Amino acid sequence: MIRGKTQYMVINSIFHVLAYTLGIIFILPFIWMVSTSFKETAETFIMPPKWIPSSFRWQNYIEGWRIAPFNLYLLNTVKITLSVLIGTLLSNTLVAYSFSRLEWPGRDILFVILLSTLMLPYQVTLIPVFVLFSKLGWVNTHLPLIIPSFFGNPFFIFLLRQFFVTIPIELDDAAKIDGCSNFKILWQILLPLSKPALAAVAIFSFMGTWNDFLAPLIYLNKESLFTLSLGLTFFRTQFEVYWNQLMAVSVIVLLPCLIIFFVAQRWFIQGITLTGLKG
Amino acid sequence: MKESRRGSLKRREAIEGWLFASPWIAGFLIFTIGPIIASFILSFCDYSVYSAAKWIGIENYRKMFFEDSLYWTSLYNTVYYLISVPLGMTVALGCALLLNRQLIGKNVLRTMYYLPSVTSGVAISLLWMWIFDPNLGFFNDLLKRVGINGPLWLQSEKWSKPAIILMSFWGIGGTMVLYLAALQGVPEQLYEAAELDGANSWQKFWHVTIPMLSPTILFTLVMGIIGSFQVFTQAYVMTNGGPLNSTLFYVLYLYRNGFVWLHLGYASAMAWILFIIILVITLLIFRSSPAWVYYEAKRGKWI
Repeated sequence: MIRGKTQYMVINSIFHVLAYTLGIIFILPFIWMVSTSFKETAETFIMPPKWIPSSFRWQNYIEGWRIAPFNLYLLNTVKITLSVLIGTLLSNTLVAYSFSRLEWPGRDILFVILLSTLMLPYQVTLIPVFVLFSKLGWVNTHLPLIIPSFFGNPFFIFLLRQFFVTIPIELDDAAKIDGCSNFKILWQILLPLSKPALAAVAIFSFMGTWNDFLAPLIYLNKESLFTLSLGLTFFRTQFEVYWNQLMAVSVIVLLPCLIIFFVAQRWFIQGITLTGLKG
Repeated sequence: MKESRRGSLKRREAIEGWLFASPWIAGFLIFTIGPIIASFILSFCDYSVYSAAKWIGIENYRKMFFEDSLYWTSLYNTVYYLISVPLGMTVALGCALLLNRQLIGKNVLRTMYYLPSVTSGVAISLLWMWIFDPNLGFFNDLLKRVGINGPLWLQSEKWSKPAIILMSFWGIGGTMVLYLAALQGVPEQLYEAAELDGANSWQKFWHVTIPMLSPTILFTLVMGIIGSFQVFTQAYVMTNGGPLNSTLFYVLYLYRNGFVWLHLGYASAMAWILFIIILVITLLIFRSSPAWVYYEAKRGKWI
């Protein structure tokens, strides 16, 4: 009996050591990033690399940020991200409501089509959509990055729909007897009950737009329109850059995503498990 | 009277249904179906945005398959990168099994494993460039500490792809969360029944856990393969396809053709072949799934 218990404790400790070692490995790149961002430039060239800087140089953040017009890039990114967020929430709630709560001919076929577009590689549509936007004269504006979000996104529609179907339909029926319109049911009954799903959609949308690279790369050539992703790439190729400054700017760019992650982790995980997709 | 009222209510609901769904329906026509047809037609044309499209038949495809060796290089690199899918899934499953145990600080651990997967984009690519720096990065420093002389990673033709694959393991947290959710859905009775039949841990894993996880495995496999075919940002930022085209992945080459050289017809042809490759692989996996995916009698989870 005692032997069995000892054996169990040994195995259990091994698993703990293993789990925490892996955990540290996952976190290590972030630590490295932050540590580099505070180093003196000379210290980034020391071999073997030091993990803890001998002095914490906050100026890297200010100097790095000033090398390129990062304030402008930040403003552009915020503008695009917020516009996409509005478009995403507006369009996808309406569509998900229709697919989950209303009966209409063709609905089920269209839903299968919607799901199948989840697997469509976006490159197939990339070029004609680029041609379309350039014929509209929208290249070198933020419109190609924003407007599509107002037309729904299959992943978000799916996520919201999966959530809506868990809410009892009797609520709608009762509201309808009271003379509520569908729009009112969505707005006043369904949405207040769907905060976790809406949060998941908002977070995925934020992260996706904030980190998007290909679309800004294709549509924006003017530096005044650049997003942070684009600015960061440009910054690296155009200037003599030191790793400490580059990491400092990268930390700033990454920070909103990390903060949101820590605030909203449970909604993330709910979003993932609800759809089986990773966003 | 009552019948017609119900009929008109139904008609109203149908109209509103279409109306509410119309943003996506319009988007589907404008941004999906229309462009799919357009790119199919463009793939038979010589076209840059500035001049009219000229019909050239299968010339783009002929050139792609028989003359453009870089096309084959990009396809080879991408297929090589596909190794990251099963490897990453294995790592994710291992992590999920570990976190499924009774561990102290389980939620903290889950956060640590999961965090990297929500970060992506240019900042992360830059970070990994720095990590893989052969002399100043910490990766080779860690290797040196255990007595290995690390390679040049991103600067080496041979090690650039393994480096990008290694980097992809860092983002397996999303897949891990899916496996974790699936593991928690496996009924305890199944393990108890297996124990009564004298099954050991390995047999329980192989005959209970894996079959119960197989729908999730199928799904992550398909989505992982689709995602891997589209690898772009890392390659663009970290190596820009080099050294010696060793990280010239399919979509990076497509991007160059379409948006650097404005060979929009050729890039469309590339996009269509990519589409067909993904479609065929997906269909083959789904076709094979009855042999290895176990579904409970209840309705599928995905729809």
